[in-house]
Amino acid sequence: MAGILVFIEQRDGSIRKGSLEALSEAKRQAAATGWPVAAVLAGEGVSGSAAGLGAYGASQVFVADDPNLKLYSAEGYSEAVAAAVEKVSPDAVFFSATAMGRDLAPRVAARLGVGALADVTGLSLDGDTFVATRPVYSAKAFATVDTAGKKPQVIGLRPNVFSAEESGGSAEVVNLDALSFSIRAVVKELVSSGGGEIDVAEADVIVSGGRGLKGPENFALMRELADLLGAAVGASRAAVDAGWIDHSHQVGQTGKVVSPSLYIACGISGAIQHLAGMSSSKIIVAINKDPDAPIFKVADYGVVGDLFHVVPAMIEEIKKIKGA
Amino acid sequence: MKCIVCMTHVPDTASVIKIGADGKHIDESGIKWIVSPYDEYALEEALLLTESKGGEVTVVTYGPQRAEAGLRECLARGAHNAVHIVGGESTLGDSLAIAKVLAAALKDREHDVVLCGIKGVGTDNAQVGPMLAELLGLPHVSGVTKIEWSDASIVAHREVEGGYEVVESPLPAVITAQKGLNEPRYAALKGIMAAKRKPVEKLEVGALGLDESALAGVEATYSVRSLELPPAKEAGKIIQGEDDPKAAAAELVKLLADEAKVF
Ligand SMILES: Cc1cc2nc3c(=O)[nH]c(=O)nc-3n(C[C@H](O)[C@H](O)[C@H](O)COP(=O)(O)OP(=O)(O)OC[C@H]3O[C@@H](n4cnc5c(N)ncnc54)[C@H](O)[C@@H]3O)c2cc1C
Ligand SMILES: Nc1ncnc2c1ncn2[C@@H]1O[C@H](COP(=O)(O)O)[C@@H](O)[C@H]1O
Repeated sequence: MAGILVFIEQRDGSIRKGSLEALSEAKRQAAATGWPVAAVLAGEGVSGSAAGLGAYGASQVFVADDPNLKLYSAEGYSEAVAAAVEKVSPDAVFFSATAMGRDLAPRVAARLGVGALADVTGLSLDGDTFVATRPVYSAKAFATVDTAGKKPQVIGLRPNVFSAEESGGSAEVVNLDALSFSIRAVVKELVSSGGGEIDVAEADVIVSGGRGLKGPENFALMRELADLLGAAVGASRAAVDAGWIDHSHQVGQTGKVVSPSLYIACGISGAIQHLAGMSSSKIIVAINKDPDAPIFKVADYGVVGDLFHVVPAMIEEIKKIKGA
Repeated sequence: MKCIVCMTHVPDTASVIKIGADGKHIDESGIKWIVSPYDEYALEEALLLTESKGGEVTVVTYGPQRAEAGLRECLARGAHNAVHIVGGESTLGDSLAIAKVLAAALKDREHDVVLCGIKGVGTDNAQVGPMLAELLGLPHVSGVTKIEWSDASIVAHREVEGGYEVVESPLPAVITAQKGLNEPRYAALKGIMAAKRKPVEKLEVGALGLDESALAGVEATYSVRSLELPPAKEAGKIIQGEDDPKAAAAELVKLLADEAKVF
């Protein structure tokens, strides 16, 4: 056989959106070559989620259901992916480039003796070779790359860049039995921080604040706008290093890389290391009192003005639109 | 504890990137090269560990001649030994090839822990650490923001979306460092002077016993077809709102709703 195998990430049994994007993209790519698309899912008690993957394009779903796989481990999960690879001999293996995908894909690739293309934002096929575009040098350049003829082609797709779409269909569920694990690095616990706040890495809308906020108390204004938009709160490193907000909110080179459909930067100058983390956002809005701030060079929309006057007025206007 | 730190020497993050004549690499003129920022966290952790538990820190890099400056910087901060595997392209990106070279250099060198950065700034791959672990047959924990060290094991926090994982691993293991792990020190003048006298061991890639039929002894698993600057972005609609912020906010929200259709 051939085709594309997609690793499916779940947390507490629910499938992560990035994986549905990767699966949908596999389906779209496979349409040109007539390749079958298969998925591999690991966890405990996850079989129930497997069949639903048919709707996103998988014709087969391999399931590794095991108490040892309840929480993620690179060693355990790579065993499951390798077993599925053995079954279908795919031309390519796709991952969503989440914290899990970016950890697992290179481990799997090395095990298979191939390279991997990380954090890809554009993909096309040249014969049966995937040609990928990925941001490099903090998104100051874009490289067009391939796996130098090695197969399977291991590819990580940046979350929120490729769309998830149901194509209708059903999947055959195949259990991967008789896997043997030797998991040395064991995840003991998954601790959620931030009281269930949306993580910037997963958010579709982000309201981000920088040094222009002047102090930690003013992140309340960011939160108010974010709540109204169902958004996550992001921050520049200057705000994080000042201790105004936790590092998990930081966007940029030494923070998270995000691609929301809307990114609103308030009091952020737009240093290159910040842009590295958010320049692939679909719509960028900047609010800054300095007309020469570099953030305006990447902004689709912007207001030159004092954020303490502009943002509250925006909140009022948005409430009007939303009829709240 | 015997600690190995893998260091990659990269363009300063503030560098202006220009495309080189071959259309596949950057133009290196005017670039200032630095120790990749995440490798600074890896080095700092190794230095703190050996300061409290004894042992030594060996920094390893695979790269062209200029990468020696990065090793000197690490020696100046307190690393005990440095190994320079000379070779490779000046702007490396083939993670598996790099991991193979590093694995070949490390397999006969005693190590309780191998520390990498979570990603090399520039390639932005975040792959060499887990690949190296697989090739060395070791467990790995990536994106670590906190480590409690015991003699033969660690408990580490690994950053994930919406929280962190608490991971327990035996040693030896490969760790990749994330921001938050520690605050890297600067090199003191005394360290800089001392570093000048410390030797840098040089290894040739060809001498590592890898498949020599391929270029530089390592078969390519990643190829760059082209490198381009990001497409120029159309100028955005910027509203002057100093005098009447309310009107500007209203205009912005209207554009976002009617034109960008984001809400
Ligand atoms: C290796 C390295 C890695 C880095 N990684 C990151 C990273 O991951 N993320 C990141 O963000 N940075 C990162 N940085 C830091 C980066 O270079 C900048 O220092 C940082 O982004 C600046 O944050 P800022 O824009 O909030 O602050 P500033 O640059 O100080 O900008 C504040 C802005 O607020 C505006 N302002 C002030 N008051 C108001 C007001 N009342 N209304 C409206 N606007 C106002 C000002 O005009 C200014 O433009 C990194 C740096 C290095 C060297
Ligand atoms: N050429 C190299 N020599 C030594 N270590 C490297 C090299 N390339 C990458 N590394 C290590 O691997 C980490 C991740 O790099 P990358 O996979 O390129 O993002 C870096 O932070 C280094 O610790």
